[in-house]
This record gives sequence, C-alpha cells and structure tokens, in this order.
Amino acid sequence: MKQFLSFVQKEFYHIFRDVRSMLILLAMPIIQIILFGFAITTEVRNVQVAVLDFSKDISTQQIIHRLQESEYFTVSEISHPDEIDRIFKKGQANLVLVFGNHFHDNLLHTGEASLQMIADASEPNQASTLVNYATSILGLYRQELMREYQMPFQIRPEVRMLYNPQMKSAYYFVPGVMGLILMLICAMMTSIAIVREKETGTMEVLLASPIRPLYIILAKMVPYFTLSIVNLITILLLAVFVLKVPIAGNLVLLALLSLLFIIVALSLGLLISNIVDTQVAAILVSGMGLMMPTMILSGMVFPIESMPPVLQGLSTVLPARWYIAAVKKLMVQGVDGVFVIKEFVLLAFMAAVLLAVSLRKFKIRLQ
Amino acid sequence: MNTVIETKNLTKQFGDFTAVDRISFSVKKGEIFGFLGANGAGKTTAMRMLCGLSKPTSGQGFVAGFDIARQTEAVKKSIGYMSQKFSLYEDLTVKENIRLFAGIYGVKEKTILPKMEETLSTLGLSNEKNSLVKALPLGWKQKLAFSVAIFHEPQIVFLDEPTGGVDPITRRHFWELIYEATERGITVFVTTHYMDEAEYCNRLSIMVDGRIDALDTPAHLRAQFRAETMDEVFRKLARKATRTEI
Repeated sequence: MKQFLSFVQKEFYHIFRDVRSMLILLAMPIIQIILFGFAITTEVRNVQVAVLDFSKDISTQQIIHRLQESEYFTVSEISHPDEIDRIFKKGQANLVLVFGNHFHDNLLHTGEASLQMIADASEPNQASTLVNYATSILGLYRQELMREYQMPFQIRPEVRMLYNPQMKSAYYFVPGVMGLILMLICAMMTSIAIVREKETGTMEVLLASPIRPLYIILAKMVPYFTLSIVNLITILLLAVFVLKVPIAGNLVLLALLSLLFIIVALSLGLLISNIVDTQVAAILVSGMGLMMPTMILSGMVFPIESMPPVLQGLSTVLPARWYIAAVKKLMVQGVDGVFVIKEFVLLAFMAAVLLAVSLRKFKIRLQ
Repeated sequence: MNTVIETKNLTKQFGDFTAVDRISFSVKKGEIFGFLGANGAGKTTAMRMLCGLSKPTSGQGFVAGFDIARQTEAVKKSIGYMSQKFSLYEDLTVKENIRLFAGIYGVKEKTILPKMEETLSTLGLSNEKNSLVKALPLGWKQKLAFSVAIFHEPQIVFLDEPTGGVDPITRRHFWELIYEATERGITVFVTTHYMDEAEYCNRLSIMVDGRIDALDTPAHLRAQFRAETMDEVFRKLARKATRTEI
C-alpha cells in the first residue's frame, strides 16, 4: 500500500513539474470554455443593414427607425439599386431592405405592402437569423398599425438569399476547411517534422555536415508545400463536384491567394519548430496556438461580427481569418480582384514578417 | 606538420557558466584521441566547438588547418560526426542512409556504389542493405553509423559516446572498425565514459569542471596517478569535480 501511494505521489510530481501537462490540464479547459462561451452564438448584434427606400413616406421612415433602434442592426441608407451589389461585395452590409414606391399608400389603401429583403447567404445561418429578426420587427410594426387603425394590414417581405439561394452550408464551410487543412498540413506537420529531427539527434548530424541550414529547412518545406497544393486541389474538386459549390470567381486569383496562405502557414510552422524542442510541444503549440483559434475565431464556424470586440480584435491577427474571408469572396460571391486587395496585402505582409523572423531565428549553431 | 587539431585557451561560456575553461591541446594525424570526463565536465560542448556547431566565446581552435570560429564550412567538409544520440534515420533503409549522407558530403556518384558494397561487406550487412535501419540490432546500427560518418573519407572523425548502451564485446568489434579507419590515416577524436574504451586510445585527456586536468597515454596516466587501471585514474580526478550536470 505504501509503495502504491509513493507511486501515486511520483505520478503527481511528473505532472506538477511539467509545465506543458499543467497547461493542458488547467489552462486548456478554461480557454476552451471562454472561447466557446463567447464565440458560439447565433445571436446577431450591430449587423450592417442597408436600406434602399423609394417611398420615403411615414411608414418606411417608421420601419427604418425601428430597425435603427434595435440593438441588432446598424442602418445605413443607399440611393440606387446598383449600390446593392457593391456593398455586399465590399462586406459593408449583410442585409439590404428595398422599399418600392408608395409603400404607405399601398398599405393604407389596399391593406397590403411588400418589400424586398436581400441577405448575404454565403453565411447561411447568419443570413436566416438576420431575415428572421427583420421580419419580426416588421411584424411588431404591423400590429401597432392594426391597433391604431383597427384594420387588418399585410406587410409581405420578399426574401432573396444572395450568392447561396439554396442556403447550403457547404458554401460556408468549404472556405473554412481550406484554411484549416492548409494550416494543419503546413504549420503543424512542418513543425513536427523539423522538431522530430531535433529529438532524434539527426538534426545535430545534419548541422555538423557541410549542408547549408537553409537547405535543410527548405527541404523540409517542399513536401508539405506539395502536399498542401494536392490537398487544395482535392478540396476544390470535392467542393465543385460533390458538394456542388461552384467556383464563382477567378481561379487564378484563388490559387495565388492559397499559395500566399501556404507560405504564411509554412513560416508559422518553421517558427514553432524554432521555439520548441519536442514533438509533443510542437503539437501542443500548433494545436493550441493555431488550430483552435483558426477553428473558433477565423469566422470559419462562428460569424466574426457577432463576437465580442476583444475576440474580434484577436481574430484580425489570424492569417486564416483573412484567407477564409477572401476565399469566400472569390469562390462564393465571385468578386473581382479589387475586392480582395486588402486580404492579399495583409497576407503578403504576414508572410514577409513571419518568413523573415523564422529564418532569422533558425539556429545555424545549436547554441 | 602532422597536427590536425589544435586549440589554444578554447573557452565556451553560457551566461555566467563556463562550460569549457581555456583548454589547450593538439592531436596528431592518425591518432586516436580519447576525450574523457564525467557528465557535465564539458566534453560535449568542447567537441561541438571543434565541429563548428557552437561558436567559442574566446580562445582559438584549428581543425584540419581551418579556424573553427571563422571557417566552419571548411571545417565541416573535412570532418565526420557521429552524435551521442543515434545519428541515422531509422525509417530509411541501410542503403538509403548511406546514399543520403554520401550525397550530403559530396561523395562522387560513381564512387558511391562500389564503396557502399565494400562497406557493407566489411560490416557483414550485404544482405541487410534494403532493411530499415530500425530493424537492426543496436550494435550494428552503431557500426553502420560509424561507417557512414567516415564514408566520405574525412581527415578527422568526431565520435560522441559512440558505443552507449552496448556490451564490451560489441564495443570491441566497434573498435576494430576504428583501428581500420586510423590505418587509412583518419584521425579519431572520441568521447567516452567506458574505461575499457579509454585503454584503446593512443592518448587521453581527462576533463574536470571544464578544464583538462590530465593528458597523456593511458600507460603514462596510470603511472602518474599510481593507479592499476584507467578507472582508478579517472575516479581520482573526478573526485575533485565540484559540478555534476550542465
């Protein structure tokens, strides 16, 4: 019995003296609870809504006022139908309401008026939530009118789901999966592969040989680079032919964007392999530091707009966020190159910084 | 002009800690030079500096006539290195490992194949050339690792505790390979803490707390310390050590 207890004690020492085990056991659950608690929300808040109002009468003004007052929406007005497409592609609105002419007159004289609701359904869950909220605000307004005039009124919203008319969630998760898989292969696997050599001692033999350290690293990156391109093609083929998600935009731009993202992920992997010395640590750092935030904060699963500001801020440093956003625009919305300049520039900047830092840090000498 | 390794006051500091403290020695061509010391005495650090893996804090060192602080590329080309941990790839075959390292050291393509056959038959591994290295017994792996380290005929080969974990008989076989290499003019610089291995060396240096406390042939060292065996010599010196681990 005494032997057994001293063994139990020894096992506790193993855990308490290992920072990594402590992190998994204590910090990981906390981080997960916090992230999930805040990020999993179907609630929408302060979503950009644009209104195209041809009537500009008392009813439409009152409806707009009500939308404005609700905490869900931030309303802006547009004046021409041509603007609708542009603000969607720029991501300046997720929902557009269009009131036709004589809304108030129609409502009073025929008891019926209709309006158009256009939602950006490349994020299907958010789109339907937005439409539901807007519809219920219209419903409340209708009830007030009926009390006031003692007459039955009908307001018919005519809903259009833009970019993803069948509300397929595949449209939504394909870009996310692309980001995640590329991150997994390039960053996680590369870092593990490099660290494995440190662990087995072969890295020391390589460093003592006349081969240049840069070549050791490049040689490590090539297979993962190749693999990720194969994966990218596979995902796209599956998306198009199995999930029936068309590639609406420019394939060349999509390929260029993906190459850029792969470079970012590879440099992240290299950076990780410089920091840690064991494979376990490499898995942990890439898992906790890259995969989990990518999954939760990049907009892959949960809409970024609905996150609390702190997490929104955090998500801006994730390369996957920008990659996924740009892939969505290029693949699902089919936008022109000009609409993804921001993402391209940000990813290029991240690639340059990460590559410079990690190559600099790569130790030519072991000490 | 037969000196292939020479150091003058070679020193390595990590912060306040002096791992290697002003060591000076020289090794002649074709010699088997034993580098002894307790764990933490600084022998691995000293060896890493000589191999161009670690930059000296002060002092000088020349390996194969090249400055270890400034001409690391040239140093690396003239040496072979076998690390303390197993230095071959377990998931590659015997043949693949030889080809890989021969390629890294720039051995000419047409000399690789005949030399590989020769090496494999010396080792008695001809039938195993397509086996994965991990399937080989430890003693064979170490012999293979040594053969790979000298495959490109370096001037000097550095062996960092090459025979860890094997029995004295296997160690004896390993040393037969070392003697063969020295007959071809390769200088062997070896760290060890097996005293039977120490006896096989031409000259020995014993490091204590980062300094070289003794340097001579095994016979002279035994006489100097009035000891029966190298083990006794080593223990007399190691007792003075004040530090244990790095």
